[in-house]
Amino acid sequence: MKKEFQIISDLIEKNQRVLDVGCGDGTLMKHLKDTKNVDTRGLEISKSNVQTCIGKGLTVIEGNAETDLKQFPSLSFDYVILSQTLQAFYNPEKVIDDLLRVANKAIVTIPNFGYWKVRLHLLLKGTMPITKHLPNEWYNTPNLHMCTIKDFVNFCSKKNINLFKSLTLNKNNLSAINSKNLNLKNLFSELGIFLIEK
Amino acid sequence: MNNLEKIKKIIIDKPLKLDCGKTIKNYPIAYETYGKLSENRDNAILAFHALSGDQFVTGTNPITNKPGWWSHLVGTNKAIDTNKFFVICANVIGGCMGSYGPSSNDAQKNKKLGTNFPIITINDMVNAQYNLLDYFKIDKLFSVMGGSMGGMQVLQFVANYPNKTKTAIPIACSASHSAQNIALNELGRQAIMADSNWMKGDYLNLENSPDKGLSVARMAAHITYLSQKGLQEKFGRKLQERDDLKFSFDADFQIESYLRHQGSAFVDRFDANSYLYITRAMDYFDLTKQYNGNLSNAFKNTKIKFFVISFTSDWLYPTSENKEIVIALNVAGADVGFIEIVSDKGHDSFLLDVPDFLKSVKNFLEANY
Repeated sequence: MKKEFQIISDLIEKNQRVLDVGCGDGTLMKHLKDTKNVDTRGLEISKSNVQTCIGKGLTVIEGNAETDLKQFPSLSFDYVILSQTLQAFYNPEKVIDDLLRVANKAIVTIPNFGYWKVRLHLLLKGTMPITKHLPNEWYNTPNLHMCTIKDFVNFCSKKNINLFKSLTLNKNNLSAINSKNLNLKNLFSELGIFLIEK
Repeated sequence: MNNLEKIKKIIIDKPLKLDCGKTIKNYPIAYETYGKLSENRDNAILAFHALSGDQFVTGTNPITNKPGWWSHLVGTNKAIDTNKFFVICANVIGGCMGSYGPSSNDAQKNKKLGTNFPIITINDMVNAQYNLLDYFKIDKLFSVMGGSMGGMQVLQFVANYPNKTKTAIPIACSASHSAQNIALNELGRQAIMADSNWMKGDYLNLENSPDKGLSVARMAAHITYLSQKGLQEKFGRKLQERDDLKFSFDADFQIESYLRHQGSAFVDRFDANSYLYITRAMDYFDLTKQYNGNLSNAFKNTKIKFFVISFTSDWLYPTSENKEIVIALNVAGADVGFIEIVSDKGHDSFLLDVPDFLKSVKNFLEANY
C-alpha cells in the first residue's frame, strides 16, 4: 500500500463511517475495514475497479462524484476521502461543497502543481510538465483543474473551510504545512494532504 | 402436458389475504430446488422468476425440454454454484407451471377458473412464496435474487421481510412500473383479448386457446427485451431462406421469422390468462406508493447487504430506474453496491451468457458467504 494511504488511514479513528470517492481497486477501503473496523463505502467510475472491489467484499457504487455524490444524504458519513482526483473534475468547487455536505470531515489529497520540478519543466522546456504524479501528456490528461498547495490553502480560506490538518509528502517524507513554511512547502512537495472541515 | 406430474408442489393451508381484498387458502405452490441445504441452513438462495419464467431455473425443464431460464448463472461450478448453495425457485401465483393460477380448477364449479381467478400483485406473489421458508425450515436465507419482475419481487421481499435474508440482488428492474412498461404490457393484453378464441377468458373450459393473440403479445414483448444494436447486428436486413424479396406478406426477413418462432414457441408453454394476470401484477407494482411516496422507507433500518445490477442497453428497465433503487437504499443508510454491466443484449442480458454479469454475481456471493 502506498504511503499516502497509510497517512490517510492514520488520520481516521476506529469504527467510523467512511466514503472513499474514487476508491479505485479498494486497497485503502480494505485497509480501513481490516485495521480500523471502519464501515466503508466506495464510489468508483471504472467498471473493472468496481468488479475488483465487489470481489473483495467491499461495498462500492459505480458512479461519478460530480453527478452521484448527491444521492448520499447529508452527514451520512464521518469522513469522506478524495485521493488525487479533485483536479479531474469539471467543477471542483462543487465537489468540495458536496464532500463537506455528506461528511463532517473530508480528506483531500492533491498532486502539487507548484512542485519545483513541475515549475522547472515548464520554465526550461517550455512544454506541459510530466512527473511521477502527472504522467500524462497535455492532450490526454484527465486533469482539468490543476492547482498548487498554495492555491488549495487560499481556496479553503476564501470558502471559509477549516484546514484541520495540512500535510505534505515528498519522497515518503511527511511534514506539516503552516503559514510560515507555506511558500517553501509549495515548492518542495509533490503531494498535499488536507483534512478539512466546514 | 402429462409431465405436469413431475412438478413438486406444496399446498399452503394458511390463508393469504390478497391486495384485492379476497382471501385464498389451500392453494398450491409449485417449486424446484437445486443443490443441498447445509446443516446450518445458511446457504439457501430464493430466486424469483420473471414474467415468462417458471420454477425450473437450470438443467432441463421437464415440461418444455428446454434449458432452464437461468442455466448460464446457476448450476454445478457456475456463478451460483449448486455444490455450495441451495437454490429454491417457485412458480408465482397467477402462473401456469403448477402454482395457483387462472388455469387451476375452480373446486366448486368443476371447471377452470379463467378470469374468475382474483387479480394478484407482486406483494401477493412474494407473500405466497414466503411459505417456502417455513416448509424448508429456513430461518434466514443467504440471498434473494431475480431479474425484471424477479427483481421487483426481491424489492418487495426485503421490504416485507427485512430479517429473512442476508443479501439481496435486484437485477434489471424498477421500484415502480413505468408508463412505457404499462403501455407495452397493455399492448400484449389487448392482443390476447382481441383474439376471438380468448372467449372472455373462458377458453380452457371451451377447449380453445387464443394462440394468435398470445403469440402477438409475445412477439411485441420480445422486441422490448432486445436492443436496437443487438437486433441490427444479429439480423440486419438478412433474408430468411430466400435470395430476394417475395413481394408478399410472408416472413421475408430473418427477424420476422425469428419473432414468429418466438411467438409460436411461447403458446406451447404459456397460458394466455396467466399472461394477463402477471403483466397486471407488474403494472400495479409501485413500492414507492406503498411507502407513502418515499421509497427509502421500504428499506428503513435494513441490515441486508444489497447489490443492484443494471445493463447498458436495457431500455425496458434502464439504468436510471435501477439507480433510483440505489439512491433510496443510500438514503436509508443501507449497505448497497451497484454496477452497470456493458452489454448489447438489451433487457434479456440477465438471462444470457454475459461474462461480466455472471462474474459480478459470483464475486458478490462468494465475498459475502
